[in-house]
Amino acid sequence: MKKVLLVVMLLALLSVGIVSAQDKPFKVAVVMPSSTTDLAWSQSIYDALVTIQTEMGGEEAMEIAYTENMFDVTAAAQALRDYAEEGYDLVIAHGTQYGTSLFELASDYPDTSFAWGTAEDTGEDEGLTNIFAYQADAEQGGYVNGVMAAMFSETGTIGIVGPVPAGDALLYINGFIQGVNATNPDADVLLAYTGGFGDTAAAAEVAQTQIAAGADVLTGSAQQVVGAIEAVKAVDGFWFGTQSDQSLNWSENVVASQVYDWVPTLEDMIANIQYGELGGTAYTLTLENGGLTFAYGEVEVPDEIKDAAQAAIDSIIAGDIVVRQSLVEEATPEATVAS
Amino acid sequence: MKSRLTFSRGDLVVALAPIVAILLALVAGGVLLLMLGADPIQAYGTMIDGAFGSQAALLRTLTRATPLLIIAVGICIAFRAGVINIGAEGQVFVGAITAVSFSLGLGATLPAILLAPLTLLAGFLAGAFWGAIPGYLKARFDVNEILSTVMMNEIAVQLLLYLLSGPLIDPAQVAAGSRIPQSAQIPEASWLARLAPPSQVHVGLFIGLAMAVVVYLLLWRTTIGYRIRAVGQNKNASRYAGISVPRYLMLALVLSGGLAGLAGAVELQGINHRVVEGFAVGYGFSGIVVALFGRLHPLGAIPSAFLFGALLVGADKMQRTMQVPSATVTALQGLIVIFVVSSDIFVRRYNARRTARAVKAAPPPAEVNQPAPEGVV
Amino acid sequence: MNFGDVLAQALPLTILFATPYLFAALGEVFVQRSGVLNLGVEGMMLMGAFTAIYAVSSKGMGADPVVGLLIAAGVGGLMGLAMAFVSVTLQAEQGISGIGFTLFGLGLSSLLFKLLAGGVITAQGFQPIHIPFLSDIPVIGKILFQQNILVYLAFALVPILMWVLNRTKWGLQIRAVGQNPAAADSMGVNVALVRYATVIFGGIMAGIAGASLSIAATPIFQENMTEGRGFIAVALVYFGGWSPFRVMLGALLFSIANNLQIWAQILNVEIAGSTIPPNLLIMVPYILTIAVLVFTRQRKQNEPAALTKPFQRGEN
Repeated sequence: MKKVLLVVMLLALLSVGIVSAQDKPFKVAVVMPSSTTDLAWSQSIYDALVTIQTEMGGEEAMEIAYTENMFDVTAAAQALRDYAEEGYDLVIAHGTQYGTSLFELASDYPDTSFAWGTAEDTGEDEGLTNIFAYQADAEQGGYVNGVMAAMFSETGTIGIVGPVPAGDALLYINGFIQGVNATNPDADVLLAYTGGFGDTAAAAEVAQTQIAAGADVLTGSAQQVVGAIEAVKAVDGFWFGTQSDQSLNWSENVVASQVYDWVPTLEDMIANIQYGELGGTAYTLTLENGGLTFAYGEVEVPDEIKDAAQAAIDSIIAGDIVVRQSLVEEATPEATVAS
Repeated sequence: MKSRLTFSRGDLVVALAPIVAILLALVAGGVLLLMLGADPIQAYGTMIDGAFGSQAALLRTLTRATPLLIIAVGICIAFRAGVINIGAEGQVFVGAITAVSFSLGLGATLPAILLAPLTLLAGFLAGAFWGAIPGYLKARFDVNEILSTVMMNEIAVQLLLYLLSGPLIDPAQVAAGSRIPQSAQIPEASWLARLAPPSQVHVGLFIGLAMAVVVYLLLWRTTIGYRIRAVGQNKNASRYAGISVPRYLMLALVLSGGLAGLAGAVELQGINHRVVEGFAVGYGFSGIVVALFGRLHPLGAIPSAFLFGALLVGADKMQRTMQVPSATVTALQGLIVIFVVSSDIFVRRYNARRTARAVKAAPPPAEVNQPAPEGVV
Repeated sequence: MNFGDVLAQALPLTILFATPYLFAALGEVFVQRSGVLNLGVEGMMLMGAFTAIYAVSSKGMGADPVVGLLIAAGVGGLMGLAMAFVSVTLQAEQGISGIGFTLFGLGLSSLLFKLLAGGVITAQGFQPIHIPFLSDIPVIGKILFQQNILVYLAFALVPILMWVLNRTKWGLQIRAVGQNPAAADSMGVNVALVRYATVIFGGIMAGIAGASLSIAATPIFQENMTEGRGFIAVALVYFGGWSPFRVMLGALLFSIANNLQIWAQILNVEIAGSTIPPNLLIMVPYILTIAVLVFTRQRKQNEPAALTKPFQRGEN
């Protein structure tokens, strides 16, 4: 499977040339739950599309249409159908919550290609062949961030600012906690959720509370974390990011960010579509396939921490470390941290 | 001829005031669009086209209007009783989450034919319960309903997130490890039939229209309705007339909440078939706006919901076609709400003048003086 | 950590994060005491929050935080003026026009954020001021005397506004207009003018409340960052029975309950041997606010009888 993926990716790289050679632009539409500037989930896909567009040669080679802030799923369903109706080559539903409508849509428009994430169901069981699914193994990068955070912390107390204990954020947090525990079993992990995704002030209050409780290194997920990072900056603490590169704005406080790089995934989808394969593939961003990368800021990272991070990455890729998606062991029977 | 002319001028004021207001709001919004470098004429063209331009567009508008209509009809009851129910948002969530639990829990045991109506009933009862809490607090402890319903909304949001990420989470999400906060899909027997596939418009539209009529009859043709309105008009007079004011305040909130809960169930059973994160966000507030645009009359809510649905659909289309940030659309909606509600004064002044002048021809009571619901379908 | 230690850490943040509620709710007290309901507080806070940080940020004007504060107050005041025109002059239904202003403020602030900031915007906002000597007092010093200037301002306004409301001619006029506008009118009070003044004041305070979030509590802006705080502020006015002092108690109660639930999360507080799901803990401040009101009974003697009722001479 992994070899197949590699081959497909090579094809994808080749195909970029093919696509741009055609006269008609490749049309991509994306519907996302938050905004293109959320510094998190929605921005990660938008940035990737813009990168591909630039690589392919601008708007003449590829058109991007987006609908943002589609938290209302009924409105999102209408937007997706409209894009399909207007003849977009690839219609991306960038949120699990859009799934039900997407499956209806995919059978109505068998000649349009759809992509759906976070998901791994391409609708094969229902006879659908025009859906790609994509997801990120957020726990893998979470683990690596956790390893670094445990070594970075002088107080041994680490804060996590979560949105809601579910989904991508939960995977990341669970991976992070495993990384911390594997590196420094005595570390105190202070975990609190805000109960929302966009409340920057709530995130700031959680972060400030954790700092008051002794945390000097923090992490967190969702678009609200900018408030928490500001709180970290105010006390010259350190932050580990996820989803998008957060070191760009806080280079002195953000040590590292796990970045979702959807570029290879999207390129592969586009290549498949060019060859007439409209769906059926489920993609997962992992450390191994390069979909999960790390971006560093200007914080000086001691060599031993860099080495430990690299060792963790290597071990996860080699399968020596299996990062569980859940902290409860029985959820995944094969789960063991063999470091 | 002349008398006909004056008669139609009156209707014209009533009908034109909101339309002129919307046009003025669009002019103000045009400044925003120019700021963004978009051509306002073209933008509004796509907006109208998106909402009314084709059969598919009209069906989209009706789809979006359906839950708003049901919520708005409920809001009418509360506001007519003088209760400002800001809590529709939470009541919708609780209705939907109860309906989904009911349908998933009893879907296998109940006869298929009963499942859909009973699921709707479950949604109604849950919304009624969520409305009964502020109702009881107001009736028994005189706790202000704006305070309690604002708080109950926040509590409902957290309850929803708790249930979706824990007890009610789709087992498939747990098995896949991704743990996205959403419920499982409800059994097909509890789905509401689609009226014109591939459009998503569904039987819920008729439920909404029926509710508008039922609530109209309730408020204006029954003793209960009379008392609800009496309490809203003058609490003291009602008390002297022997009406149990607390009881009717509570009843109004219960019915209002029930309809909001029903709207949640309808949206669940008609469109998405599962409750997801972001389900029906903002519907409660839109429902309040719809009710007030319809002059707090259940039948007035029908054209009002249709117009507001059109506004939502058209604005989304504008966002897609013109690629302006979605925030433009929100700001525009705000402007339209402000301008339309402001235009009311011209209608009121006209009515007041007419009432003062017309001695022989008894003026129709304010509540009958509604825009006819012929704009629908 | 024992509860005393937690409390000592929780209280400074409680006071800091109560400030936005306090500013907005104090303004709304005046608005409502004159007989107007402003549900547009949320939108005014958002506009205040964005304009303040844009003024201060190096991405924007790079001005002093005081300038940012004044701009936020001005923008809030302008929105208040518009709200006053709609609700007083045009006598529009107040609940709905307020929701309109909330939508407008949410949309415009997000739009300006996209256009002018184009992404993350941060600033060097108001810094904590350590009041000499007082800030050195153990525990109390950190709680009360190491806050930013807006916190001191908000709490200083409480007695001042109480005095204005209860002891001055202006206050008397405001209360008269809210209780019985026809009587006030017949005694020569300009009802419309008083209501304009209070609604504009409410807008200014909402703008400052937004600024107290975006350039004081956490110097950052994100779309819809107030997340319902404006509505909570309105609810706190009812909680406080239209009294500035009790509104302050409400803001503090709400804020401390929220901070303590964060502590309960990070300390993994257990009840009957199991931890409580975070979403249920997050509900606590909302439930508590209602519960306290049930047990203390709402004070109604200050309730403005003419609340939400437009006034037109000769009608009543």
